[in-house]
Amino acid sequence: MVANRINTLVRHVPTWAIYILYALPAPVLFYMGATGGLGAEPIKALARELGEIALQLLIIGLCITPLRRYLGVNLLKFRRAFGLLAFFYVALHLLVWLVLDVQDLSQIWADIVKRPFVTIGMAAFLLMIPLAATSNNRAVRWLGPRWRVLHRLTYGVALLGAVHFIWLSKGFQLEPLAYLAVIVALLALRLPKRVGVPGR
Amino acid sequence: MAYRWKNDLTENDVTPEHVFLNRRHLLAGAAAGVALAGIGAGGQAKADALEPNSWDDITTYNNYYEFGTGKDDPVKYAGRLTTSPWSVMIDGLVDRPGAYPFEQIMKKMTIEERIYRFRCVEAWSMVVPWNGFELADLLDLAGVQSRAKYVAFETALRRDEMPGTRFPVLDWPYVEGLRLDEAMHPLTMMATGIYGRDIPNQNGAPMRLVVPWKYGFKSIKSVVRITLMEDEPPTSWNKANPREYGFYSNVNPNVDHPRWSQATERRIGGGLFAPKIDTLMFNGYEDEVAAMYDGMDLTKFI
Repeated sequence: MVANRINTLVRHVPTWAIYILYALPAPVLFYMGATGGLGAEPIKALARELGEIALQLLIIGLCITPLRRYLGVNLLKFRRAFGLLAFFYVALHLLVWLVLDVQDLSQIWADIVKRPFVTIGMAAFLLMIPLAATSNNRAVRWLGPRWRVLHRLTYGVALLGAVHFIWLSKGFQLEPLAYLAVIVALLALRLPKRVGVPGR
Repeated sequence: MAYRWKNDLTENDVTPEHVFLNRRHLLAGAAAGVALAGIGAGGQAKADALEPNSWDDITTYNNYYEFGTGKDDPVKYAGRLTTSPWSVMIDGLVDRPGAYPFEQIMKKMTIEERIYRFRCVEAWSMVVPWNGFELADLLDLAGVQSRAKYVAFETALRRDEMPGTRFPVLDWPYVEGLRLDEAMHPLTMMATGIYGRDIPNQNGAPMRLVVPWKYGFKSIKSVVRITLMEDEPPTSWNKANPREYGFYSNVNPNVDHPRWSQATERRIGGGLFAPKIDTLMFNGYEDEVAAMYDGMDLTKFI
């Protein structure tokens, strides 16, 4: 069975490989931005690339439970890595916005308060902080069953991230809507199972 | 009648090096607290600040949603647009309505260079050395009737040549409009070139409007139709989001876009660490155009 073969393969892939693989785009993008590879206006381009990678990582994280439940593919050992990497990219995205884009401290606060898409993005980042802080074995043991409840915040983070993307886009654009649709679908798969549907 | 507006910002006007250096000294002196008054300020300072962007910046970083919403989509896909033959339908309240072939228009017009600031509503800006003619000259060709109060413009819509029009990002075709006095203003031009070369497709070939004191989206590209009318015409971004985009859309650092500040802008080409610069009222053309809006509340007529 394909699922079993994947599961066997996954057992041979160390988690650090995921960290290294997914950390690489960050320096590459900074290098491209500094050397003209991101076009004539690299600041907005860099922020956008980092933000999109963060959204993609959140989506990958949300795929893990449905993949296991419905297809029997077990990628659970990578879930923490994807979550922490998503936090890393959101933090970089925020830093690029603060330091390179807005620059002015008073303007930053004005933007957070006055601009709903910035408020939403900032809220998503703040919600990720307790998640990142509790992504270690000690916190999992300490929180016990509360850990799972706390980490459902991820659902809110992903939704806020997609809305943030839609809200900052001009006109009717498909790409940000596609992100939202995928996230909503992945959350819908988590709705309580109806009676009669066999669980795995 | 060309040359109604004297361009004080041509390359010949760039501040001579010794003046520029004097300015440097002045700035250094000011920093050291030495009081020096009235040297090197004013017009020359304005001129040396206005260095045109590179050809690459101007032709690779574009908003032309008919070819896609990415900034690099126009340069990738606009090559598919057939720009020859081309004609512009001029109709509505004009004495000589009809389809005006591009070549015929070019024979009658005097092409001049205008180095203008170009400020996008997204808070980035460029300086572009346009070549073209005044819109007033083209309108005179058709003979504007006295009842006309507004001018409507329309961009070509070629679904087979414009991949972005498969998606309803905007209500195609792209349309724009000006009040007649704005359209007849000597700063308002139809651009047919950049840096003395034919204007590339991604910048609105073969002929696009340039209204330097308004946000860039007013400067409609690849114009196929110009209609003189009595009533204010619909405009694409206003239709898409009337709360965010008004008919006038004059550059105004004091009136923010609902989703971002318009007080500052980033000049394209400054790289990853480009500073923000202050946005000027009417994009720096206040002396020339402010009188047209006397008595209008510019926080309402956005």
